[in-house]
Amino acid sequence: MGTKNILWNCSKKAFTFGLIGVTVSDRYGSVAAVRGASMSPTFNPSTSSLMDDYVFVDKYCLRDYRLSHGDVVVFSSLTNYKERHIKRIIGLPGDWIGIRHCSDVLRIPEGHCWVEGDNPASSMDSNTFGPVPLGLVAGRVTHIVWPPQRIGAVERKVPEERISSH
Amino acid sequence: MFGQWRSVAKEAVDRALIMAEFCCFLHVIPNYLCSSTIVHGPSMLPTLNLTGDVVIAEHVSHRLGKISRGDLVLVCSPQNPRKIVTKRVVGMEGDTVSFFLDPNFGDRYRTAVVPKGHVWIQGDNVYASNDSRYFGPVPYGLIQGKVFFRMFFAIDVQRQKMKLDSQFQFLFPSEGSQTISFGDDFG
Repeated sequence: MGTKNILWNCSKKAFTFGLIGVTVSDRYGSVAAVRGASMSPTFNPSTSSLMDDYVFVDKYCLRDYRLSHGDVVVFSSLTNYKERHIKRIIGLPGDWIGIRHCSDVLRIPEGHCWVEGDNPASSMDSNTFGPVPLGLVAGRVTHIVWPPQRIGAVERKVPEERISSH
Repeated sequence: MFGQWRSVAKEAVDRALIMAEFCCFLHVIPNYLCSSTIVHGPSMLPTLNLTGDVVIAEHVSHRLGKISRGDLVLVCSPQNPRKIVTKRVVGMEGDTVSFFLDPNFGDRYRTAVVPKGHVWIQGDNVYASNDSRYFGPVPYGLIQGKVFFRMFFAIDVQRQKMKLDSQFQFLFPSEGSQTISFGDDFG
């Protein structure tokens, strides 16, 4: 009887904290690991180290889509909805943007954004799959939280030469 | 004395946890189980009313990848991320879709192949629907839920009656013009 009671209490506690955890990570923010070298100078600077960077993803900004040029965002992949990618926003709706390796200039349609990795050498980004709908954006990366020597905020960087607003 | 404070604190924490749990249920149930939405507009006309239907959507099957052709889905609009639209899935990835460019004039049509990880969505009313024929296939990740039930209310029955009434009164416009104007109010 005693063990049953303890088990019941434990499962009730686990359920409560699981529920609170899911809500907080959906509405306010969560921690995610960055894999791969596509954002290389910003995240995972040395490919030799085994430790991945862990980042804090702010989701409160999605409430009114307060995103601006240079923000690093997490979004789910266009080809596989279970995959998440981390890239930097280069262009927002209405901007004209020059596609890399190509002389074309493209206007970003309403409700979309243009994302690119910081490491142009190894990055699958909007240059290959085109603009990303803002509805797929799942959060904005604000801080690096692990490893301890790299804790700090992620700064906004805008490559000025790529976009023109008219 | 100390024991008393401890019990008070424990009680407070328990109460706070119950309140937090309740708030979390308010978030989790509409996001992960099922929610109700009001659908406006003419784009789904034979299926859903123009005047605003309450539909119930479940949020399990799109996470498991169980959306298939013919399902009514809630999709975050690719043109405006704050807007959620209700459309029918017409094609899954790899399908070939043919559609009329403009069903009002002529019968020129175009054929498209739905790319990997995308779905082709259309409204049931092809004459008045802003859907994949204009903005192309949408990524599967934009699907928010699958509509599985439409609520019927007594007011629906009243509306039907009112429509009949207004038709009737249109034939005999001598009395009860009030009903007609009330009926027009819905558009």
